[in-house]
Amino acid sequence: MVANLKLWRLLMPKPKIAFYWCASCGGCEETVVDLAEDILGVVEKVDIVLWPVAMDFKYKDIEAMPDKSIVATLLNGAIRSTEQEEMAHLLRRKSQYLIAYGACAQLGGIPGLANQFPLEQIFQFNYEGGPTMANAQKTRPQVTTDDQGRTPTLPAMHHVVRSLDQVVEVDYYVPGCPPTPRVTRTALTALLENRLPPKGSVIAPDIALCDECPRKATKPANIAFTEFKRPHQALMDPNLCFLAQGVVCLGPATRSGCNAACTVGGMPCTGCFGPTSRVRDQGLKILSSICSNIAPKEEGEIEKVIEGIPDPVGTFYRYGLAKSLLRRKATLPSK
Amino acid sequence: MTNQTKPSASGETWTPRIVAFFCNWCTYTAADLAGVSRMKHAANARVIRLMCSGRVDPQFIVEALAKGADGVLIGGCHPNDCHYVEGNYKCLRRYQMLKRMIADMGIEPERLRLEWISAAEGEKVKRVINEMTETLTQLGPLGLPQKFDEWDREMEHFAEHVAAREAATGSACPEHGGKPQTLETAHA
Repeated sequence: MVANLKLWRLLMPKPKIAFYWCASCGGCEETVVDLAEDILGVVEKVDIVLWPVAMDFKYKDIEAMPDKSIVATLLNGAIRSTEQEEMAHLLRRKSQYLIAYGACAQLGGIPGLANQFPLEQIFQFNYEGGPTMANAQKTRPQVTTDDQGRTPTLPAMHHVVRSLDQVVEVDYYVPGCPPTPRVTRTALTALLENRLPPKGSVIAPDIALCDECPRKATKPANIAFTEFKRPHQALMDPNLCFLAQGVVCLGPATRSGCNAACTVGGMPCTGCFGPTSRVRDQGLKILSSICSNIAPKEEGEIEKVIEGIPDPVGTFYRYGLAKSLLRRKATLPSK
Repeated sequence: MTNQTKPSASGETWTPRIVAFFCNWCTYTAADLAGVSRMKHAANARVIRLMCSGRVDPQFIVEALAKGADGVLIGGCHPNDCHYVEGNYKCLRRYQMLKRMIADMGIEPERLRLEWISAAEGEKVKRVINEMTETLTQLGPLGLPQKFDEWDREMEHFAEHVAAREAATGSACPEHGGKPQTLETAHA
């Protein structure tokens, strides 16, 4: 029986798949596990050759593999360090399809918001100034140190947070923070059945979230914001369109495919699925949509309403700052 | 940012580049009037005619800056005068928020200017373009494309290192080199 199985495997090599993570929180890995019983179906059909969060593999084993021998790598997380950059290059070389999995790999994601601050300030806060920090020696991670004659090295931090496609060529994008099990399943099925869309596609419907939002019917033809409310500041009607309630919802500028998980759960959309294919810059598009619907016509009155969005960059670019037209605060140093 | 009078690498003196979005019904007509009236103003504005200031997508403005403009000027009809009734109000609201947002992104908000200029105000076109050229000359070049290049230089160094190593290891297993596993062979 065992011999038969070995013969079977020899004759029928399974496609090799890799999962990798860069600057991310681990939520994307969680989604792969959230496939639940379906994960068994996937595992049955593929050989997982790299999955640092769940299984033990060495980078050198990947390096030793022939080029393009991995059918697909699903890489999540933004690119912030030299190690992540190196792995992105390595996995690109070893994979036929490199798939940006999740909002961070696709758009820069939450880590991309660090593009508003200098690297020095981030290190200063996290290793010295932070309120929970006890670091009297002000020790910081060093790229190289001298340790009794040996020089161990650590990856260096880049000044700029990047999406995966700002570093290497990407074949497909699976959106979401994290991608839902459904879009993950769609992507894996398309891959395993070799029914892939044109290169560069985002594997989710190319239409705004409102299309699948159950509150869509209550979206008024004319919206007029007299003030912006945040969801915790008022009792929300669970059935009424958030925009009609004066809450900033990024649904109109965000791709659908999540089954409107947030709006069904009582929270407005924050834009994690990224823009549709017709939009270059999601943040500017939703700014355009929301602001044009402010009620007042006079400058001072408009300003008062606008003050209801105290952090426009964080609101409109929650996931998309690294991939936006401006990419990063213009005055920051690059060395 | 005081190198506005210094010659650039190509030997030319820097002067600001302004992208001007003018609405068809008022400001573009005013610019036309300024032209036929033979008014002289700074030659720094590249005018793009749109049907309405309400058509100015914030993406147009930021893309202009990202592609090398030093400032963006928007011209529309006066309040209550919009050919499409309220396009200019939509423009004003977007403009006010966008100004705040680009300030947060480290770009001087003065690089953006919105003016209501009616079809009869050729003189105002001249004044606004001259003033804006003056303001931008004071501010100096924005130079976003150069900044993007500079930011990405931190990857060049590493890309070279990777390429060199890949070239070194690429010949490690020649027997596999020409035969990558494909979906087709995997499913065969």
